[in-house]
Amino acid sequence: MRYIPHSEAEIREMLGVIGASTVEDLFRSIPASNRCITENPSRGLPEHDLRKSLEGLASLNRLHSIFMAGSGAVFHAVPAAVDNIISRSEFLTAYTPYQPEISQGTLQVIFEFQSTVCELFGLDVSNASMYDGASALGEAVLMAIRVLKEKRRRVLISSAVNPNYLRVVRTMVESFGGIDIEMLGVDEKTGATIYPDVIDSDVAAVVAPYPGFFGVVENLAPVTEKCRAAGAISICSMTDIAHLSILKSPGALGFDIATGEGMGIAGTSGMGGPSLGLMACKDSYIKQMPGRIVGQTIDSNGQTGYVLTLATREQHIKREKATSNICSNQALVALAFTVHMGLLGRQGLRRMAAASHSGLKKLTDKLLSIPGVSRPFSGSVFNETTLSFDCDIDGLRKHLSDRDILFGVPVRWFYPDLAGNEKMIVLCITEIVGDEDIDAAVSCVSEYMEGLK
Amino acid sequence: MTNISEGLKYTKSHEWFDPTTGRIGISAFAVEHLGDVVEVDLPEVGTEISQGDELGTVESVKTASEVYSPVSGKVIAVNEALADSPELVNESPYNEGWLIAVEIENNEELDSLMNSASYQEHCSEEE
Amino acid sequence: MTQLVKGFLRKEPPIFAKSVPGHIGCSLRDVKEDFADIPAEFKNEEGPALVELSEVEVIRHYTRLSQWNHAIELGSYPLGSCTMKYNPKINEAMARLPGFTRVHPLQDESEMQGSLKLMYLLERSLCALSGFARVTLQPSAGANGEFTGLSVIRKAIADRGEGATRKVILIPDTAHGTNPASVVLNGFEPVGVSTGNAGCLTLEVIKPYLNENLAGIMVTNPNTLGIYEKNLKEIAAAVHEAGGYVYMDGANFNAIMGKVKPAQIGVDTMHFNLHKTFSTPHGGGGPGSGPVGVTKELAKYLPVPVVEKVENSFHLRYSSEDTIGKLHPYYGNFGVLVRAYTYIMELGEEGLFKATEMAVLNARYMRKGLENTLDLMFDSDTLHEVVFSDKTLKKETECTTMNVAKRMLDFGLHPPTVYFPLIVAGAFMIEPTETESRADLDYMIETVKKIVDECHTNPELVHNAPVNTGIGRLDETYAARKKILRYTPENTK
Repeated sequence: MRYIPHSEAEIREMLGVIGASTVEDLFRSIPASNRCITENPSRGLPEHDLRKSLEGLASLNRLHSIFMAGSGAVFHAVPAAVDNIISRSEFLTAYTPYQPEISQGTLQVIFEFQSTVCELFGLDVSNASMYDGASALGEAVLMAIRVLKEKRRRVLISSAVNPNYLRVVRTMVESFGGIDIEMLGVDEKTGATIYPDVIDSDVAAVVAPYPGFFGVVENLAPVTEKCRAAGAISICSMTDIAHLSILKSPGALGFDIATGEGMGIAGTSGMGGPSLGLMACKDSYIKQMPGRIVGQTIDSNGQTGYVLTLATREQHIKREKATSNICSNQALVALAFTVHMGLLGRQGLRRMAAASHSGLKKLTDKLLSIPGVSRPFSGSVFNETTLSFDCDIDGLRKHLSDRDILFGVPVRWFYPDLAGNEKMIVLCITEIVGDEDIDAAVSCVSEYMEGLK
Repeated sequence: MTNISEGLKYTKSHEWFDPTTGRIGISAFAVEHLGDVVEVDLPEVGTEISQGDELGTVESVKTASEVYSPVSGKVIAVNEALADSPELVNESPYNEGWLIAVEIENNEELDSLMNSASYQEHCSEEE
Repeated sequence: MTQLVKGFLRKEPPIFAKSVPGHIGCSLRDVKEDFADIPAEFKNEEGPALVELSEVEVIRHYTRLSQWNHAIELGSYPLGSCTMKYNPKINEAMARLPGFTRVHPLQDESEMQGSLKLMYLLERSLCALSGFARVTLQPSAGANGEFTGLSVIRKAIADRGEGATRKVILIPDTAHGTNPASVVLNGFEPVGVSTGNAGCLTLEVIKPYLNENLAGIMVTNPNTLGIYEKNLKEIAAAVHEAGGYVYMDGANFNAIMGKVKPAQIGVDTMHFNLHKTFSTPHGGGGPGSGPVGVTKELAKYLPVPVVEKVENSFHLRYSSEDTIGKLHPYYGNFGVLVRAYTYIMELGEEGLFKATEMAVLNARYMRKGLENTLDLMFDSDTLHEVVFSDKTLKKETECTTMNVAKRMLDFGLHPPTVYFPLIVAGAFMIEPTETESRADLDYMIETVKKIVDECHTNPELVHNAPVNTGIGRLDETYAARKKILRYTPENTK
């Protein structure tokens, strides 16, 4: 076996040193009643067969060349340079940086990651990442409860928060116990969330999507203002961050905590992961923030270095009193995110946003000129929108899929009770979709809908 | 031999109480075992606490240690300086490094605390 | 700016400090901006202050930073409890197949049959190795797996109408910190039980808790002392008898794979760490993956979706009245699943069992090599790891476990896990794993002996370690007091 550097002779010698006669002797502390027997253990594969087997599995997946679906898993144009850096053994095969003197690479990367997230979110502090955008949101809700010393137990969540995220949040909150989630409805005409005029004084937190599942972006400054007035904590949930080069940051809108998903920028959205949970908050909440945090320090000679810090919030020290049970982070995905953000920089992120936004506008304008296509919600959109198609949308999506176009996500999968849902598709455009792709999609839609007449 | 201040009353869990000022802190013995203090978490003024209850935590880089109240009473002052300078707990555990001050409810509770001599003995047993 | 430290090791300032207005590192088309339709009240004309650098500058920055890391591919990484084994290259290649990376998670299931089949086959493999009926692949890490397994237990207890009373989860004093934290996140109450003289649990210490308040017990097996919990089968039976469940933390499953199937000794639910036992890379802290196995009785509570095979196709089943819900917006850290599946296929059960045996052989060899140098607190046989104490060392010299650990850095060695488990004073916890050669082990043994010798002869040297690393001992107190958690020009010299 190529990963075990032991010859039979070495094994014999080592057993001799240990004072055991067989390898089996080493396991004598396991009682016989606990032992299992595996009849005919399976044999391994040589690399070329292994490759064939995995390639065979991969080939069973249908790949699209044009992506018009997001809904939490966005595909961006990720340069080869990103994968090159995360493939370096020094990053890939290192452990959590518990020995800072020989982990400065990972530590500085995380410090840069935290700095990038703070800058994007317009907030004071970020952690070293959470598992994904959904659990980051769940952690934010639990964090808000702790910040308010568990005195308030009601949480208001917009129905336009990504429904998969909501499901994860519910799982976390239900397990924790004693917290009531109340859903805020969505305006049928605009697609914007209906936030209460006045927030009750027993509300711990209000969760707002930015943008929402239907693609609608709204000015959330008045919402955070109301939260502040009521002493409630405002939490923002995002499924991508490209829009933050053009739209105000959550911090600028007045949010106390912001969470998001970074796998689109990291380039790991395939099958939905490894994902990357982003989280930042105000300075004053830091003691209640979950997850690892890296801080700048000095070494014995006074030179700058980095270490894991504020660890007394964490499970390995606080155990049952910890802020969360999270132990790992998504370090390698955070590295991919940081490298890509470094390559994009100020100008690149803006280009990404401009291309995505104008692409969506082109697609929408052209589709709306086709009879039977309409826009059910009037709210502003950025690079994701919901359109209604007066036809069998499954047939339509299949028709486009056969032409290599992944044409959005049906709304009814996530909103089974929404009126008109059977006609609605959420579409997402990023910079990887070109004008010719948009034209191809429009002509396929037109072809399908014309053909029905 | 650890530094023990005369005139204070001590608990087994290494807190001290000053009957004249009502101040509470942690002993030099506790501080030595804790290491460099980086964070102090204290109750708000007005909080009612009972003897033996956790009144807050004192944290170093590697541990978070609960502080238990030596006496029952109402918190009348909190050492605000510790928020920015937690190192005062290390530098001056019996003076500038005090944590909170309470208005003691029941002076009989003092009988359950140790004087400096018996605390000295207690520390050498734990050493 | 960049400065040479030693040899070709370069100290880099934070990337933000290197930014030069006008440099660009991306190749995106410069599309004409048209944001007129976005209301001014939430438009941000300035945009975030990100860096401006060319690709060359960015790549050099991160390549230079990488050189400050130790990694498995540079040498041994004997962290106890962490299983830092070699991460095969073929796993990386397979995880990058476009057939996997270019699948949108919300494509129609008929269009992701390859991914679903892989998930199905990986689940079957894990079931076969552990004896469980079903395994969910959704949890993103071991701790997330603990949360999942405990949620399953919580739900099962609630279904019996005992949710209000059965609140106690027993946790041995050797447990990982994640265990009590996961217990609290499920509204349970962690109660500590102590390890016996032989370094394992006894039925005796469990007995007082066998009542209507017992929700279950959470046991790492082999435990964090590397000792097999030989009484677990009897304890499990007693816990079941009292109406509780048994959770096994499978962080150390690599020590018993092929020897014990946890489901057969009474374990109800357990998480696997794909990043430990199944060779997926740690990546500097993640992504991990913590699949959870359950018995047939508990299978209905697993998170959705569940992958089902119907005839020759694979389906995502979301409908389940009893599910605990969802742990991840999609299916977990899928890329990690591909790596683990590749590893399992390459080794086969034969290879996996051999890996277990060689991991234990290596750990026992380390134990033998150091048993007269450091203290062993328990006589019992150990499996994949061994925990020493600095008791005598501390008494006879001025040095501690921490000093020895830091001095190891000067010899190009990553130290073992230190000060864990908590029940061993000055713990020094070594897990070499099966991928280290006898020469690697001998070097570690000789080095530790040499350092212990230095503790007696030249303690000053050991106290000042490390001296050969690019950066000296870092001041953790300074970091915690100053709280510089993001880049600012003022804090960058």
